[in-house]
Amino acid sequence: MNETFQLDGSAVPFEPGQTVMQAALAAGRYIPHLCYHPEFKPHGSCKLCTVKVNGRTVASCTMPAEGGLDVESEIEELNALRRSLVQMLFAEGNHFCPSCEKSGNCVLQALGYDLEVHATGFRHLYPDRPLDASHPDILLDFNRCILCELCVRASSEVDGKNVFALSGRGITKHLIVNAESGKLSDTNIALTDKAMQVCPVGVILPKRVGFSVSIGERRYDQRPISAQALDDAPRQTDASGNCAACEGTP
Amino acid sequence: MGVNCHRTFRSRANDNAMLPDNEIRFDASGQAWLDQLVQRHQNRASQLLQMLREIQEHYGHIPHQIVTELAQRLCIPRARIESVASFYSFLHLKPHGEYRILFSDNITDRMLGSQPLMELMCQQLWLQPGKVSEDSLVSIGTTSCTGMCDQGPALLVNELAITNLNHQRVQEIVHLIRNRTPLGDWPADFFRVEDNIRRSGLLLGNALAPGELLRNALSLGGTNIVESIKASGLRGRGGAGFSTGLKWEACRNAQGSEHYVVCNADEGEPGTFKDRVLLNQQADLVFEGMTLCALAVGARKGFLYLRGEYRYLLEPLQAVLQRRRANKLLGTSILAQAGFDFDIEIHLGAGAYICGEESALIESLEGKRGVPRNRPPFPVTHGYLQQPTAVDNVETFCQAVLALHMGAEQYRTIGTAKSAGSKLVSVSGDCQRPGIYEYPFGVSVREILQDCGAVNTLAVQVSGPSGICVAESEFDRRLGFEDLPTAGAFMIFDDSRDLFEVARNFVHFFAHESCGFCTPCRVGTSILKQTMDKIAAGHGTRYDLSEIENLDRVLQTTSHCGLGRTACNPVLHTLKHFRPSYENKLKSLMFSPAFDLDGSLARARQMTGRDDAGAHLREIE
Repeated sequence: MNETFQLDGSAVPFEPGQTVMQAALAAGRYIPHLCYHPEFKPHGSCKLCTVKVNGRTVASCTMPAEGGLDVESEIEELNALRRSLVQMLFAEGNHFCPSCEKSGNCVLQALGYDLEVHATGFRHLYPDRPLDASHPDILLDFNRCILCELCVRASSEVDGKNVFALSGRGITKHLIVNAESGKLSDTNIALTDKAMQVCPVGVILPKRVGFSVSIGERRYDQRPISAQALDDAPRQTDASGNCAACEGTP
Repeated sequence: MGVNCHRTFRSRANDNAMLPDNEIRFDASGQAWLDQLVQRHQNRASQLLQMLREIQEHYGHIPHQIVTELAQRLCIPRARIESVASFYSFLHLKPHGEYRILFSDNITDRMLGSQPLMELMCQQLWLQPGKVSEDSLVSIGTTSCTGMCDQGPALLVNELAITNLNHQRVQEIVHLIRNRTPLGDWPADFFRVEDNIRRSGLLLGNALAPGELLRNALSLGGTNIVESIKASGLRGRGGAGFSTGLKWEACRNAQGSEHYVVCNADEGEPGTFKDRVLLNQQADLVFEGMTLCALAVGARKGFLYLRGEYRYLLEPLQAVLQRRRANKLLGTSILAQAGFDFDIEIHLGAGAYICGEESALIESLEGKRGVPRNRPPFPVTHGYLQQPTAVDNVETFCQAVLALHMGAEQYRTIGTAKSAGSKLVSVSGDCQRPGIYEYPFGVSVREILQDCGAVNTLAVQVSGPSGICVAESEFDRRLGFEDLPTAGAFMIFDDSRDLFEVARNFVHFFAHESCGFCTPCRVGTSILKQTMDKIAAGHGTRYDLSEIENLDRVLQTTSHCGLGRTACNPVLHTLKHFRPSYENKLKSLMFSPAFDLDGSLARARQMTGRDDAGAHLREIE
């Protein structure tokens, strides 16, 4: 671990095979991100983690770390881009934070606050996305889906179940479940599945526990998401399989 | 001049016309048919897209039951099948009519009057665009450029191209549909596709016999072929202009259990149709180039990825492959050279422009959604099935054969210093002689305009919507990687055209074709489309123009691939040269809300049957 690259002017060590994001997080340095999760292969779709590498903009979660790279992240130019991307996600779905049970634990909301996104900015697209409440213990509220594919990846790679998939193309892209009826109740999903824990927003929700932690006492109510970087820093599962980056399940 | 007529298959959807939505009679013969299909594709999930295409040709759509049955046979989740099928715009998971009509919606089709013709057809068949008729007989919609810009307006009926639409032809089509005439009995003339070659050069005028070059290349060996191609200065003809020799060399040197050659015939850039002509006229040269590449990189298997819009070319191309196999130009021990084994499989696309991006194309070849991969690694080291893969454009393979045949030194004398050889240009739009023109690189825009009989030209869109809009002051600019790089599209607009509408058409194209993987492109192209529509509807303000500039910055810097990165180009280029055509549509206000209050009342008006002045909101200025 001798080699380093520069991140906003200070050195970050890395191991061969690590991406810029992985090395930065391991070193306790925060780069805003949404679709990246330490337990899964980098996806590179949300683009929130866009940084400048030697002057060129790239997604840091998929950019292989190399010795001597000059990486810029905490600069206004990039934060302006990130604000626009967060605004796009808010405009794309139907997000009503005050009535959302994920409020305070939502990564999209936390990023919005942290990046000082004061308004959606863009015209809302108001997509029609019916709920799936068919399952006795789990609710799917597709209105909040940001298409990060974390549940798709978790269900396939960890749970070995392939409960979720993406359908459609472009702006019509949406989450579907793997059942002939198209209903979650006809899948083999379980509350203990990894796919239940990874949703960064409020799509996949266990029923009847929504407000067991009061608003005001939730994760991002305490400190902004960027200030929790060090808590998340290794972002690796501990011996008991718990991941600091995941929301706990009941 | 080559002519291609195509009337290949009949829709069998008639059998199921009386069944309710999404249900088919899936009896023993259906089971047997599906078994045979899956077997023919060797039970490989990587053949999924090809199977789905065949299922759709058989049933007219992809029935729910078949998805379940297919998932079981392939041991894959059914959601994966739905996920793939829903990505491609020609595939339908619900019945979409026995006759599925898609009007090509490129700006050149519109300039030739496609919109009123589509309205006429909708009117006569009592149908709204995008909807299926009550009797499940027909649906009418639009699709991205079908590559018939030199003989438009054009449409696709069940993925077969019909060209030269006019009032009479539309009436005849309506008549045939009403009478449920099988496609096989429609007049052959409708399906005629002309090559329209107007100017030939070293490629279109070549006199090489099939196998001639290959015979000479055998003695050279892979390394020497790569060196010769490098020395020739040949660069990819798909637009990006990467050195073909370097690509082949990297692929050759890459470690892998297999190496693959892929010909990118997913010619989707609106306004481009040169590959259509090459595949019709020079198929042998294309396959010879692929075989040469196989020799150079050490591949035993090749794919030609043919865009779904060129479905009619499938059988003629397969006939050429068959002939080449018979002549020992493909197969095992090619030209009696032990160990030189190579064969080519044709894969069809199904209406997804993004699959022209090489890594998306590879995903599609693997039977997946056509989403561009994260790079690195690049296809030359990790391509098809993660093996070293050389992906080149149709024209590049042809040029590679010619470069080797002529010799590097001779080849370099054609064209310019950094752009060796010739280039096929697909000329369409406002001119007397649209068609294919072959020029040495370095030809000026003005020269092409003169040759094709263009007068009063306002602007030329070079290399399609993601390319460059060239205004009159720049007509001395030259095609080539030094100045105007191009995949070959050359759309001409005379002074009767509104360049704002041209840009708006292109913006709609990008929004329709965005794969939806990354946030900026998925959402940004839709917002851009709405902003352009807002300006077109007379609600635009200067704020909207600054919004476009903001969107451009986000799209250009954060998009996953070239589609998103270039989606704002048409707007920015036309804004630069033709700002008044935007400004004269703007309101004097600094800001006007995007929400259209009067438009939102349209449904209420429809329900109450009112359309009088009192049922409209007057705008407040």
